[in-house]
Amino acid sequence: MDKHFDRRKFLKVSGMSLGVGALISVAPAMAGGGPAATVRRWFRRQNGEEVTPFNLVQLSDAHVGFQGPPNPTGTKAFEHAIDVVNGLNPQPDLILFTGDLTHEAEVAGEHAKRMQLFQTLTSRLKSKKVMYVPGEHDAALDNGVLYRQFFGDTHYSFDHRGVHFVALDNVSTGKPAVGAEQIEWLKRDIARYPHTAPIIVFTHRPLFDLRPDWEWFTRDGDDVLNVLAPYENVTILYGHIHRHDVHQSEHATHYSSRSLIFAFPDPATVGDKKPVAFDKEKPFKNLGLQLLAEKKGRLGVDDVELTLREFGGTDGVQQISRPGAYL
Amino acid sequence: MKRLLTLVLSIVIIGLTAVGFRLYAQESQPRVVTISAKRFEFTPNQITLKRGEPVTLRVSAEDRDHGFYQKDLKIELDLTPSHASEVTITPDKTGRFVAICDHFCGSGHGNMKMVINVE
Repeated sequence: MDKHFDRRKFLKVSGMSLGVGALISVAPAMAGGGPAATVRRWFRRQNGEEVTPFNLVQLSDAHVGFQGPPNPTGTKAFEHAIDVVNGLNPQPDLILFTGDLTHEAEVAGEHAKRMQLFQTLTSRLKSKKVMYVPGEHDAALDNGVLYRQFFGDTHYSFDHRGVHFVALDNVSTGKPAVGAEQIEWLKRDIARYPHTAPIIVFTHRPLFDLRPDWEWFTRDGDDVLNVLAPYENVTILYGHIHRHDVHQSEHATHYSSRSLIFAFPDPATVGDKKPVAFDKEKPFKNLGLQLLAEKKGRLGVDDVELTLREFGGTDGVQQISRPGAYL
Repeated sequence: MKRLLTLVLSIVIIGLTAVGFRLYAQESQPRVVTISAKRFEFTPNQITLKRGEPVTLRVSAEDRDHGFYQKDLKIELDLTPSHASEVTITPDKTGRFVAICDHFCGSGHGNMKMVINVE
């Protein structure tokens, strides 16, 4: 075994903030020999592509259709995030959207309009490989029927540049759970891979008990983590909590992305779950995305907060409200 | 005559024993607290339990599926309108515990919660 190759550090955070969501770089330690070379060869045999560095972006919780005091600007932050992603150089190969694409609607037909608007907005992304999982606001009220019409399956997997990606649905039964059937599917899906294979799971709710009385948990999250436990390079990306967070469990590292509609406070500092108040002088404050990319041989996850620095003129909400600013 | 007396005494003893058992069983049954759930509230929205005392929480959904979840007290119920669900717990610590609906039920779902005080 190559003593210089630390497999557990394959997907580690570099933790540099750019000031906007999440950019993720992948493939780091796989340049080494020993087990790393074995995994590279394995992926090349299976998929015709080795583990090679690439960037991806995580977006989350746009809640298209939401209107309310925590954010009276509607889709402005989401649209700004699309502009920020389109301005990246190089462009990300892949964009992951971790749920709550839309906000539910009580009026018949309205939710479908919101999903249509979401698709119209995401069609502006230059990077065309965009993968989704549902949040409860997308899929819990109708068990994912409408979501599937617009976005396809709620759980699936694929390989990209030698990394195995798993989309997990922990919302569409209406319960905060992945469910026994999907967990059996996960077991079969990853059984094909060596334990050293890099795996990125993306889902909506945290798979660990972050703050259960704020609904920041998944009932059977431990069962999912137990299935993943034999694998040495597991990264989990999620949304739902509307804030950036990093958590290390025994066998995986969990990263949440900021929301694109409103933020929740640090649960360690307050008792009740209430959105952070809207700041009309800084309408994108606390909102953002995650950028993941290779950084000196490791996975770097950058938490990016949206700002108004791309806009001229006076500060504040007036800038993004002027005619033609986005739409 | 002696046989009749024996029979009557036997019936009385059996009857008293049955009543005694019934009373004992009633006393040993946990207290039942009834809670109803509908979008987006629990009624009552606050209850008080005693540490170390077994209690059965009987929770019914009035309008649609809901959840009733409190991690620290080991409460995890799925509620449907067709029948009441129940769980018996013996709180082993005092404090203020927030129980939530954890089955997404619409726009006010995030505020559907109640307080369980344990003294």
